[in-house]
Amino acid sequence: MAQFTLPKNSQIVQGKTWPKGSGESMKAFKVYRWNPDTGENPRIDTYYIDTKDCGPMVLDAIIKIKNEIDPTLTFRRSCREGICGSCAMNIDGTNTLACTKGIAEVSGDVRIYPLPHMPVVKDLVPDLTHFYAQHASIKPWLETDSATPTKEWKQSPEDREQLDGLYECILCACCSTSCPSYWWNGDRYLGPAALLQAYRWLADSRDEARGERLDDLEDPFRLYRCHTIMNCAKTCPKGLNPAKAIGSIKKMMVERQM
Amino acid sequence: MGMKTSRAQVRGLGSAKSGTDHWWTQRISAISLALLAPFFFVTFAIAIGKPWDEAVVLYKYPFNAIVAALFILAVFHHINLGLQVVIEDYIHAPALRTGMLIGLKLLCGLLGFAAAFSIAMIAFSV
Repeated sequence: MAQFTLPKNSQIVQGKTWPKGSGESMKAFKVYRWNPDTGENPRIDTYYIDTKDCGPMVLDAIIKIKNEIDPTLTFRRSCREGICGSCAMNIDGTNTLACTKGIAEVSGDVRIYPLPHMPVVKDLVPDLTHFYAQHASIKPWLETDSATPTKEWKQSPEDREQLDGLYECILCACCSTSCPSYWWNGDRYLGPAALLQAYRWLADSRDEARGERLDDLEDPFRLYRCHTIMNCAKTCPKGLNPAKAIGSIKKMMVERQM
Repeated sequence: MGMKTSRAQVRGLGSAKSGTDHWWTQRISAISLALLAPFFFVTFAIAIGKPWDEAVVLYKYPFNAIVAALFILAVFHHINLGLQVVIEDYIHAPALRTGMLIGLKLLCGLLGFAAAFSIAMIAFSV
């Protein structure tokens, strides 16, 4: 059966509550902690941050926690402006980027967990090896047989427009890890992120391998595990709609049979 | 998963090169059901509570019999396709999954055929 409960060694226990301090507007951050080296269960640690003395984003707060309260807190971050996708995590019950999620958007305590249903490396860092291999499997590059033109592969402005809403994907994995179908069958289902990327190349007027791409995707698990649940579109921090892209792939599949 | 590379895990046994038929047929059977259901249930509602002789007369009209037979066949086809997806989604033990998929097909075939045969019996009885 699909696993609906956490195994015993993954069940979350109450962790350490750090001293509250005396700031003007203290806000509690409840953060998932797990260290593979201790053999202990994951725990929720509580930190208090004075939001008046901190940047506006959740990422600012966890960087402040790491710098000033607890240097053992582990997470990924890089660009701090929503373009690298490193700081994707589950904040206040929704997968999003810590760097573009405002602390003020969260009412009450800020609960921070790693992306759901992925193996955890440490604290807020999920193991994305399989996710990246799935992306690689859809051949995310231009496939052509024609002789390479001396200057460039030409594309009309209209054809270029077909890539809008697709090329912006930063592969943060928020969508795939919010998808129940990906939770239950992520080993075989490619997931919304890889499928949106697949459609990005299917929709590219310069690509010459549409048929082969569709052949590779036509599979009850790789593509058709999408049941239009729409969590992907709801959670995407870039405002993209992977479910629509998947729908477009399904339309292409039918189109080539008629 | 053992020592397989992540790329080998993702590629698995390769693409099954199917799935579109299943998905498309599920939609077509859903449209058929939406069109047939009103006719089927109106006749069915009229027949309920009537004595056997009068109820049978309703299904002797070819239109009613054809609608009922098509509805029944579409229902069991649709159930088969839909539950197959549910089983594939949630049942991961290979033997149990295969067993349930076979059982589902046999059960839907049996019930669909029995229902269609019953309608034919009524329609063609003298």
